[in-house]
Parts: sequence; C-alpha cells; structure tokens
Amino acid sequence: MFKILRKESLNATVTLMDIDAPFVAKKAEPGQFIILRTDAEGERIPLTVAGYDREKGIVTIIFQVVGGTTERLNHMEVGDSLADFVGPLGNPTETQGLKKVCVVGGGVGCAIALPVAKKMKEQGCDVTSIIGFRNKDIVILEDEFKAASTRMIMMTDDGSYGRQGNVTVPLKEMLENGETFDEVIAIGPLVMMKFVCLATKPYNIKTVVSMNPIMIDGTGMCGCCRLTVGGKMKFACVDGPDFNGHEVDFDEAMFRSRTYVDFEKKAREETCNLYKKEVK
Amino acid sequence: MPKFNMNPLKNPMPSQEPDVRNHNFKEVTLGYTAEMAIDEAKRCLNCKNKPCVAGCPVNIAIPEFIAKVAEGDFEGAYQVIALSSSLPAVCGRVCPQETQCEGKCTRGIKAGCEAVGIGRLERFVADYHNEHATVQATPVPSNGHKVAVIGSGPSGLTCAGDLAKLGYQVTVFEALHLAGGVLVYGIPEFRLPKAIVQKEVDNLKAMGVEVLTDMVIGRVITIQELMDEHGFEAVFIGSGAGLPKFMNIPGENLKTVFSANEFLTRSNLMKAYKEDSTTPIYKGKVVAVVGGGNVAMDAARTAKRLGAEVHIVYRRGEEELPARKEEIEHAKEEGIIFDLLTNPVEILPTPVTDPRDPAYGFVAGMKCIRMQLGEPDAKGRRRPVEIEGSEFEMPVDAVIMSLGTSPNPLLKTTTPNLDTQPHGEITTDPATGKTSIPGVYCGGDAATGAATVIKAMGAGKIAAKSIDEYIQSK
Repeated sequence: MFKILRKESLNATVTLMDIDAPFVAKKAEPGQFIILRTDAEGERIPLTVAGYDREKGIVTIIFQVVGGTTERLNHMEVGDSLADFVGPLGNPTETQGLKKVCVVGGGVGCAIALPVAKKMKEQGCDVTSIIGFRNKDIVILEDEFKAASTRMIMMTDDGSYGRQGNVTVPLKEMLENGETFDEVIAIGPLVMMKFVCLATKPYNIKTVVSMNPIMIDGTGMCGCCRLTVGGKMKFACVDGPDFNGHEVDFDEAMFRSRTYVDFEKKAREETCNLYKKEVK
Repeated sequence: MPKFNMNPLKNPMPSQEPDVRNHNFKEVTLGYTAEMAIDEAKRCLNCKNKPCVAGCPVNIAIPEFIAKVAEGDFEGAYQVIALSSSLPAVCGRVCPQETQCEGKCTRGIKAGCEAVGIGRLERFVADYHNEHATVQATPVPSNGHKVAVIGSGPSGLTCAGDLAKLGYQVTVFEALHLAGGVLVYGIPEFRLPKAIVQKEVDNLKAMGVEVLTDMVIGRVITIQELMDEHGFEAVFIGSGAGLPKFMNIPGENLKTVFSANEFLTRSNLMKAYKEDSTTPIYKGKVVAVVGGGNVAMDAARTAKRLGAEVHIVYRRGEEELPARKEEIEHAKEEGIIFDLLTNPVEILPTPVTDPRDPAYGFVAGMKCIRMQLGEPDAKGRRRPVEIEGSEFEMPVDAVIMSLGTSPNPLLKTTTPNLDTQPHGEITTDPATGKTSIPGVYCGGDAATGAATVIKAMGAGKIAAKSIDEYIQSK
C-alpha cells in the first residue's frame, strides 16, 4: 500500500502529499506522471510528479481539488494509504544540453514546473522562471521557485501580488528586448500554454509544453489521451506528456478536456455532500 | 458403454432471453445442466484420428475428456483438460470453437449437422470443478530458479502456471490495478464473469505465484534490471495488444468518439456500467461501432446494455465478419443493427461554433459510403470497394472505433536489443517463444498482433517449455 507520509495545504484548493512509493521514487524524473486510485472502487487519475526522494522512497504529488476523486483524496490524512500508485509514466522532460531556459508555470501547473526548473538549475542552467496565479491568496511554491531560478518573476491576474498581468506579458517583453532562450518550458492551463506558444512562435524559440489530457490506463492501451501534434495523432501517455508546443492543437485539447465536465461537477458535489453528512 | 446420441444438432445452450439480457450485465449463457452435458457428450464419435485435438491450440485431449463426461465423471473430465489447459472456464466461454476444435469435428461435416458442443462441455466441466473441488492448489517445492512474467493476461497466466507447476518461483508483473489483462479490461462481464478470472488468478497464487499489480515494466523496472538486479533468470513478455488504431478520418477526435479499448476499459475494468461508479462513461442514444471483430461485438453489446440503439458498421459483408459466430448471433438477438458493406468517411460535429460552449465538439452524425466486394486480396478475402456517389449520413451521437491495435512501444523503447517487426510486434520465434535477447521470451498479442485468448495461451505454454529448457541447460 502507498501510505501518505505528509500532507500540507498549499492554498484553499491545492494540497501537497508525500507518498511512500519506493519503486516509483527510484525512477521518477521531472515531467513524468503517476496514476493513482484512492480506494478499491476509485477511478484512475493521472498526476504529474512534483518531486521525489530516491533515498527515502518518497514521491511528492500536488493536486487541485476539481472532481470527486481529488475531493476524496483531499480528505485523506497522514497514515492513510492509497489503493494504487503507478508510475513513473510518460517520458521525462529533456533537459540535456540546455544552457538558458525560461520556465513558465501557471497555477497548480507550477507544482510540475518546479522539478523541471530545479533539475535545470542543478545542471548549471540559467533559469528564468515566470510564475502566474489568479491572485495573491493562491500563490504556491514561491520560495521554492526562487531557489530554483536565476531570476523569478511573479505575476497575478489582479495585481494583488508581484506584477499584474498574465505570464505572457513579461515573456513578450523579454523577447521584444532581444532576449533569447534555448528553450521555453510552459506548464499550466491549456489556454496559458497556448498563448505562451503564440508568444514564442515569431521568435522561433523551441517551446515545450506538458499535456495532461483525460486518461484511464496511462500505459498506452485506451487511446483516451490522444492529441493532434503536427497534424498527427499522438498519445500523451506514451508519446508525451511533453510535446513541441508549436505543433500542438490546443483548441482540440481544450474541448476534449471538457468531455466529462458535467459528470465531474456532479461527482464532486456528491462527494462533498458525503463528507458533510459524515461530519454531522 | 453409454448409448450413442444420434441427434444431428447440439443441445442448445440455456441463455437469458435476449430482451431481458440486453438490459443487464449478467452472464448471457447459463451453461449446461449435468443431464444436458451427458447427453451432448454422447454425440461424440470418439474418432481414431481425433481431428478436434489438432484444431486446439493447446491440444486438449478432447475425446478423452468428453468420454469422462458421458460417464458422468465430471471431475475426471476436468483432470484430463487440466493436463493441457490452465484456464478451461475461460476458454469454454471465449474460444472461437467453430474455427478450431468444433470446426474439425466429424459430426459437423455433413450439411445440416452440428459439431459436438466441445466448448459448452469444456465450460460445464470447468464450472463443475470450480463449484465442487475441495482440493486447493498447493505450491510445488521450489527448484530455486526465478522467472519474471510481464503481463497477467491469458499468455502470462498460462506461462506462469506451467512454470509454477515445474517448481519455478514466478513473479507476474501487471501494469493495471487488477490481474487478468484483456480478460478483465476487455471482455465484458456478460460474456466472462470476472469472478471466474479472479478464481484463476487466486489459483495461481495458491500455487505460489507472486502477482504484483501497478508495475509498469519498462518504466518502474526495466527488463535488463529484472535480470541483472532482481535475480530473474528468464523473462516472459506477455504485454498484450497496445495502442488502438483509428481510421484517420475527419472528426475522430470529437468528444464522443472512443476506441473500443477505452469504452470497454471504462465499463469492465472501472465498472462504469454500475450507477455508482466513480469513472464516467458516455451512454449514447444512437451509437455506431466501427469494426466486425469480437471486440466490436463486445463494445456494441455493452453500449446496448447502457441503453443505446447500436449499429455495427463494417466495410465487408456478413460472411467476412471476423467475430465468433456465437457473438454475432447473440448481438443480433439483442437488437444490434448490422450496417454491413458500409464504411465511415467522416464524423460530423454538433452545430455549435463556440468551443467554450459545453455542447461543442460532440458527435452529431457519421457520414458513410456504401461498399461492394471486389477481387480477393492476398489473404483471399474479397476487397471492399467504394460505390461512387453512395454517401449518406447516419444520425449517431457516439462512435466507437474497433479496428484493432498496434503493439505498445514501451518495452521496445526501454529494452535495448529487443528486436521488433515493422509494425512493432516483438520479434519472436513462434516455435520457442524466443526473442532477440537470450533468456527473454514473448507470446500472445505482443508477438502476433491482435489474436485470440487461446492462441495467447498456446504461446504462453510454448514459452514456459522453452524457459524450462533454457534454465535447465544453463
């Protein structure tokens, strides 16, 4: 079983957990993901690896409560065990040979962007981080990002913290001022990744995005996670999750990601009600 | 000697009524009673040349087990089958008998006559044993050699079982959270109850086989590491079929276009057919299933049970349908509509233009073209040819693509020196199961591309024998 060793609330809807998963911890790399089930009747959900400690056999996950399963997960406590924790899945983010990069993280996507920034920094890479949130209250991992970056730019949509605006604002400024990067790595909401790609495209800067479509098995069997990349069908679980952002059909990925929106909403409400009843 | 039964036809299989069963997920066929089984067994001529045995991929001693059934010695019959097959309760249900044992049966040669119901008898015997056996399987004393089996589908379970019987310490690594492979994620409950699969897996465990779920070999441990660091002397790859194929036509990425693998995995493995499931499934109103194989029939009958009007859309004719005959008959009885000599050319979206609108991107119809059969191809099957100008629209709200799979690239990309075929199948000697790496064997769909449960079991048996020879000769 996969015991929860640490649980920390990062903001109102985002939670960090350390999971006892020695086999996964031994192999996990930034950019890879895991699939978990909370219990024997649970659905399988993919979460990108937010960190790992090979010695201690720990894998860190950071998740936002969006549906029934994440709601249930958020109600689990230190000492509880997950029914399943499979991974590491997908291909690691390629970092080799990069000297100067810009890591762009948006919202809970910052949790996944952090290990990538960390690894780059450890390799001696010049790392510019741009991290963006809707407002000050939901800012996560600020100190961690500072430590993993040569330079960090904080953005909030409403200007309640850092600079006001979305993450593409400073990125565009830098590019307009003639600054260049070996690679831009964007991880966050689909719409953010789309606009980062549009910003870098005119400058022909390689831009890698981490896709997180709906999945079931996550091992190359169901085809649910298919995307159109460069006009071809690709499977995020075995071909990705990282792809060349300039080739990804984001509009398709966006509407596909909303296939079960109604179900998710209902499932979360039902799960919430269940917990409310328990409290009574 | 029991009296011979001259009836030219098989004892019919008791089944749930079509209009009842197409609303539930309980097993369709109910199985013979002891009386029916004995009566059916008496139809066997006990031919000297045993054509049926030659038709069986694992060469079960068919006339011998049937003779035991005729005598009423059902446990004796089971013991005969058990010598050759480790999954009789499964095979009796899912084997394409009409092209194998029963296809060769002397009783079925003359027009108007039916073969002995070998599959039905096998199932009866296996179910009888499962219900009445009191002796639990026990581990054979270990011979001290460790073998790893990747995948717990039919080939992996068979290979593991055969090696365990010889005293090997076998560990089965399963990527999903449940053991059974396609028997669990692919074949629906109404055709193969999951309790039967679980029983077979439990039986293996009782024999001392270790089954580790949630282990994606290639990622969490590589094949090389299994051998170098974990002490496995040989590895059997039974990783099964892989990525689903699509048609490459416009509209295939609309929200309610699914691969049969996805649709069936949601329903079977994740139990989405149950009302309280945590995994969602789209229950369409009118569903088109594209393809004509067993998987297509399973998907169609599942969609029907979830409440949809279901069409099988297949580009060839009735004769060419690759599915098992019984599945086609069952599907028709249950009200599945067969649109044969029909091929999709485009999947049409709902007329919503704003991508943020939740109604955007669903299926509103499927444009198809009528086909006719032309000249035979290299395999002798008549090639379907489009009839010009015959396009028409089918009003459907979901499409399930059941066009087969191409092998999973994971083991290929993580195992240096593992040779594969141009389409990705792992290069394997069918006579021995050997791959390009010494000590690494392969069988089932990973080696052959999509095939049948029994063929995968046959390959698992062959590999187990080779692995034994390989380790003993070291």
